[in-house]
Amino acid sequence: MRIGVVTFPGSLDDGDAARAVRLAGAEAVRLWHADPDLHGVDAVVLPGGFSYGDYLRCGAIARFSAAMESIIDAAKGGLPVLGICNGFQILCEAHLLPGALTRNQHLHFRNRDQWLKVESTSTAWTGTFTDGQEILIPVKNGEGCYVADQRTLDELEAEGRVVARYIRGNPNGSQRDIAAITNERGNVVGIMPHPEHAVEALTGPSLDGLGLFASVLAHLAGKSAAVPA
Amino acid sequence: MARVVVDVMLKPEILDPQGQAVANALPRLGVTDVTSVRIGRRIELEFSGDADLDRAREIADKLLANPVIEDFTIHLDERVEA
Repeated sequence: MRIGVVTFPGSLDDGDAARAVRLAGAEAVRLWHADPDLHGVDAVVLPGGFSYGDYLRCGAIARFSAAMESIIDAAKGGLPVLGICNGFQILCEAHLLPGALTRNQHLHFRNRDQWLKVESTSTAWTGTFTDGQEILIPVKNGEGCYVADQRTLDELEAEGRVVARYIRGNPNGSQRDIAAITNERGNVVGIMPHPEHAVEALTGPSLDGLGLFASVLAHLAGKSAAVPA
Repeated sequence: MARVVVDVMLKPEILDPQGQAVANALPRLGVTDVTSVRIGRRIELEFSGDADLDRAREIADKLLANPVIEDFTIHLDERVEA
């Protein structure tokens, strides 16, 4: 399996995301923001960082990059896409996910290990977790406060599209403690904390982050098994 | 040359922690009669020819503002037109 990791000017966590992909057992393919060619990857990770300096709004300019135009089309066709932190912001700006991420309610940058509760295991990126599983992965953001209008929030809840919620403390004021959401089809997931930083005992608080990468591999394997070559 | 000004503000129902922080600092200046501060963004677009308000509106809607959380208004900067 080949999983693309996009580098934008200002991306920070592309190296860690590629490493997480490799640790999960897949080939990491580095994609460049100015290149519309996705090089035939089976899934894409939009990493954390400060794409285009976070100018205007986080993710607002990255959305118009050549790579993103291809990814938006491919995501609408079912390509699994995971947006982490800045990647989540880009997915919202690209309207692949509803709502927006705004400045942390308390204005402080938050950097800590964070407990999450996985609430949907039917997405392309969470199939190997169990419903209600509690996982520990780092959060580090200044603009991670998820907001959407009440109707959108109610819809997300009713359709089971809240993928993970903050537990034991909400680090940024996100509405309804939302840490991760998915689109209707379940192939696009945005998550504010960083699973790619929880993949090795030496540097992470747990290995829980690997689950997202293992899940997409299982998802892709399931699909290729279902469709005889 | 013509200039169009786009003003972007957070929607009223969206919390503005930046504005709150400024409001909380005002008493240190001795200001006690300001009850709320909200912070927006002013963007000036210079057109090479005549101002195109429809184009400016499209730019604002697609890029300058995020309609999920922000409202915008546009107007011609008459000082430049003259």
